[in-house]
Amino acid sequence: MENKNIDQGRRRFLTTAATVVGGVGAVAAAVPFVSNMNPSAKTKAIGAPVEVDISKLEPGDRMIEKWQGKPVWILRRTGEMLKDISSLNDKVSDPASDDSAQPDYAKNEFRAREDEFLVVIGICTHLGCSPNFVMKEEGDSIAADWKGGFFCPCHGSRFDLAGRVFKGVPAPRNLVIPPYKFISPTRLLIGDDSEAV
Amino acid sequence: MAKPIKTLVNGLYNLRDWVDSRFPLMKIWNEHLAQYYCPKNFNFWYFFGSLALLVLVIQILTGIWLTMNYKPSAEEAFASVEYIMRDVNWGWLIRYMHSTGASAFFIVIYLHMFRALLYGSYKKPRELLWLSGMAIYLLLMGEAFFGYLLPWGQMSYWGAQVIISLFGALPIIGDDLSLWIRGDFVVSDVTLNRFFSLHVIAFPLLILGLVGFHILALHEVGSNNPDGVEIKQNKNAEGIPLDGIPFHPYYTVKDIVGAIVFLIFFFAVVFFIPEMKVPGTQGLFLESANFIQANSLQTPEHIAPVWYFTPFYAILRAVPSQLGGVIAMGLSVNLFLLLPWLDRSAVKSIRYRGRNYRIALSLFVISFLFLGWLGLQVVTPFYTWMARFFSVIYFSFFFLMPFYTASDKDKTVPDRVTT
Repeated sequence: MENKNIDQGRRRFLTTAATVVGGVGAVAAAVPFVSNMNPSAKTKAIGAPVEVDISKLEPGDRMIEKWQGKPVWILRRTGEMLKDISSLNDKVSDPASDDSAQPDYAKNEFRAREDEFLVVIGICTHLGCSPNFVMKEEGDSIAADWKGGFFCPCHGSRFDLAGRVFKGVPAPRNLVIPPYKFISPTRLLIGDDSEAV
Repeated sequence: MAKPIKTLVNGLYNLRDWVDSRFPLMKIWNEHLAQYYCPKNFNFWYFFGSLALLVLVIQILTGIWLTMNYKPSAEEAFASVEYIMRDVNWGWLIRYMHSTGASAFFIVIYLHMFRALLYGSYKKPRELLWLSGMAIYLLLMGEAFFGYLLPWGQMSYWGAQVIISLFGALPIIGDDLSLWIRGDFVVSDVTLNRFFSLHVIAFPLLILGLVGFHILALHEVGSNNPDGVEIKQNKNAEGIPLDGIPFHPYYTVKDIVGAIVFLIFFFAVVFFIPEMKVPGTQGLFLESANFIQANSLQTPEHIAPVWYFTPFYAILRAVPSQLGGVIAMGLSVNLFLLLPWLDRSAVKSIRYRGRNYRIALSLFVISFLFLGWLGLQVVTPFYTWMARFFSVIYFSFFFLMPFYTASDKDKTVPDRVTT
């Protein structure tokens, strides 16, 4: 074949143009496929607030509720438990919860709207396991001088009774506090903290 | 020969010729089997390539049949696996073959990779062969991970939760990435459904394609051997390597013997100890916690990945920082990719390598096995320190390799293969 009469400039232009347009098209075509894997409208819609009756919760006990598929713990703390929490400020890595996730009304010493009730998402901030509730008396194998708290069986992270993470464990932050409010002294709404009733 | 038989044989030859003039049948047969020349000195370690192919066939075949009765939904998955085990004809056999096949795949692949470390099979000119093999290994890890969620047991659920959270630990993109992988705010029906799709279609297709690439790359450069001698450097007048023998019939026959021995062990496990519940474990192939249906509110007391991930899991747990642990774990899996360039020795086979590499490889194997054991144990401070110690040895094997291989006192490599 004779190559003399071929317009090389034109050929180069057409090749480049086809490559660029084709490349843009390929990227555009990827958008629906990537986006398809993000949560669907239906998935996003599930996750409505959950109403919980806490009238039967005894001091020192914990109950587990499900909100957005996640375990939410409600712990009714005794006065002794609250005293223990205050005594741990220098052993936890983020005592004032500055780097942790919680609504503003829970950014306080006991990480709660009302000191007595801890409402917290029971998912370890390390790799997502659900820690166990370990009472003061049962904690000898977990740590010396255990004051009660939560222990993650997966990678050994420890949290106190306000969900604050201890120093020297893999979890980077305190347990997450979900939005919540009291609709009555014995009824709790998890997932909604708007003031309008 | 009796006349009808003669007619039949002639007919078959004619059929072959008819096809051959329309499709490169004999060309493929010769290039990859009858005239593919392998070194004559293959030993025990050379069974594992063809065994990996055999396990791949077992997995695909049993997988197709499992799919006929399995239901990929959070509501029905757990019950459908029990249905397969109890009510479907021979369902227990097909499922145990598939679950045992998963572990067998990793045993065979780890031995196949160890062979490459022994005889320097990753070195020039086989870098692409090694990289494609590593890509298959990484895909296989994904395939096994997706598959493990499908029974929707407690270990399925929390294992997936932990592994997806690994991606969530990455800075900036982490949260969005883990949300994208799950398709939901927690591991849910949505996650199960897409893992099913990836497990039965996407990854098997990719793995099959890469296996084809791997074999083509092998047949282009030729097989290495226990002496690490390039047999193509000594050819006879016809251009056939003097130390080569055709793959078929010599190695097809040898590999059939290997396959039979392998299948004896394989079915011994399938029939007698499919969970591999040896003392001190919760079941190495199928974990006890997975016989309880997934519960998103309660993590099992003792959670560990399946045995083939535990060395890397132990490294993850050894690092006392979230991101640091994830990076160390990712590195520990992917450092193998760099081997062709980390190794500065001119000698391939351990037979002619100096003391440095022999010691380094022995320490590496010991640390890999110990880390694997540690990854199955409950965390205690002592075990954590042990895991740190062996992690250092594990990484030293790679990071110090340019130094200890360059200064190694290698022996003289013979021109021809020994027997």
